Amino acid sequence: MTTLMDKRDVSRTERAAPRKKRGLGLRHYNYLGGLGGWLWLIVVLLPIYWIVITSFKLQSDYYATNPLVPPSNPTLENYRFVLENDFVRYFVNSVIVTVGAVGPAVLVSFMAAYAIVRGSAASRFLRGVNGLFLMGLAIPLQAVIIPIYLLIIKLQMYDTLGAIILPSLAFAIPLSVLVLGNFVRDVPKELFESMRMDGATEWGTLWRLAFPLTRPALVTVTIYQGLTVWNGFILPLILTQTPEQRTLPLALWSFQGQYSVNIPAVLASVVLTTLPILTLYIIGRRQLLSGLTAGFSK
Amino acid sequence: MTIAPPVVHTAPPAASSGGRSGSVTWMAWPAVVAFVAFGVVPLIGVLLLSFTSWNRLSQDIPFTGLDSWRTVLSDPQLPHALWVTFLIMALSWLFQTPISLLLGVFIAAQKRYRSVLAVLFFIPLLLSQAAISITYKALLDPNFGLGAGLGFEFLQQDWLGDSTLALCVVVFVVSWQFIPFHTLIYQGGIRQIPASMYEAAQIDGANRVRQFFSITLPQLKYTIITSSTLMVVGSLTFFDLIWVLTAGGPGDATRALAVDMYQRGFKADLMGPASAIAVILVLVGLALALGLRRLGGRDASASQLEGV
Repeated sequence: MTTLMDKRDVSRTERAAPRKKRGLGLRHYNYLGGLGGWLWLIVVLLPIYWIVITSFKLQSDYYATNPLVPPSNPTLENYRFVLENDFVRYFVNSVIVTVGAVGPAVLVSFMAAYAIVRGSAASRFLRGVNGLFLMGLAIPLQAVIIPIYLLIIKLQMYDTLGAIILPSLAFAIPLSVLVLGNFVRDVPKELFESMRMDGATEWGTLWRLAFPLTRPALVTVTIYQGLTVWNGFILPLILTQTPEQRTLPLALWSFQGQYSVNIPAVLASVVLTTLPILTLYIIGRRQLLSGLTAGFSK
Repeated sequence: MTIAPPVVHTAPPAASSGGRSGSVTWMAWPAVVAFVAFGVVPLIGVLLLSFTSWNRLSQDIPFTGLDSWRTVLSDPQLPHALWVTFLIMALSWLFQTPISLLLGVFIAAQKRYRSVLAVLFFIPLLLSQAAISITYKALLDPNFGLGAGLGFEFLQQDWLGDSTLALCVVVFVVSWQFIPFHTLIYQGGIRQIPASMYEAAQIDGANRVRQFFSITLPQLKYTIITSSTLMVVGSLTFFDLIWVLTAGGPGDATRALAVDMYQRGFKADLMGPASAIAVILVLVGLALALGLRRLGGRDASASQLEGV
């Protein structure tokens, strides 16, 4: 999910400079690439177009009309139906889980990243911590889901939102530490030095120096982990049971099982669960994409 | 989706005075505690559980030695699950790599409309796998889906009812979601290639295709390895998508390792064998990640260190 291994391109600035010259000599248009690019755009957008138009169709129209033609009499009936079926509750659950996991995860990761960058030279423990998180990247959540299930039962947290929050939080840490560490490392040493001269504590330096300087990376990591947790499926599936504790992806799935005959309603619920994410993407896309390419291929 | 273990690069020491490190060590503790509790302890736990016959209904966890392993290893379901996992892995690699590479080349160019396309390309990555699978399930309906709309005979098939087709659908839907991500990786990699190389090639009279094969591809070697590692190791853990799309079916045609583990553990209440499958999952993942890293060879780590 990241280009963490791409450490080789650190000399980006010096290489990137002459890049603009490229293309000057290319006089002819890249027809093949253009064709492929637009073709893929259709592959990407066609299902999305279909979801949206179908969600405004009456169920009878769905069976009677061409799937690709927009409804002649669009209806909001499906959306009303979905919203009456506890959509708001699942939405709130998803928000609680995402905020509850990602907020603390990014905070503790940032502290750990700072400690690793600042203290590794002198502390064998911190070098070990660094190694731990690097190895941690290789542990797939699915592979340890059974002991996590056991652990959650023993903690008497089964079927609570906390059961989803704790493992989500933990599994957001390794990657966050790695990415944030790369950014903290870029803070010039002189700045740390002068903070120290001024008598600032490490805690003060963390907040007054490192935090503002790594803010773009923090935002990117937050968005990225937020997306992962928001879309999480296996944890809610295994660690919760009652409808009251469902998050959106799981609600979507059970909704589909329940109302599989009412495809337009199911698709309306897909639209509703996707809409918040798409909105956030439209707002924060610049940050996310540039953060992903810069931070993750660092 | 899992993450491959990245090439370990030792952090350049940034701390100035040795004695002061004590004041930062505590900052690492909260993260360490959280990750050890839900990452490291469960990893040890899954190994231990594979030697028990816990059925999740009872309180006690009886130790039964190698029983679960014997069950799993002698079960013809295991080679099948491995085969399905391998097929999904190989086919999705074959499908995703050329497309992401070419799309990466395409959007890496400095053209405004292409960056707009790049923004739209990213959308599939935002959707949850549950939402995507539900959508495709409905979309592929032989009677009311896309096939009926476009009027193409070959699209009107029972996609999820046929073993081979269902597997292809899984591969396609996975690719549909992850191609944008790999495109992004390739775009980044391509932008690192020095422009002077292309200029020199142009002076020598190399055409576009020649430039692609002689410059772009060789220069992208490590990007290809990175992207492939993520694809291959990530594909081991496909669960959400398969579970919602086919639930492992028809029959057990798409019952990959992760699905097999879920079926055994949480459907059949056989946590011992399910844990053994989980251990196999981890081992296969590690082996693949290390193997692919080896592919990069010595010069991979050398060139990765040179910039640091």
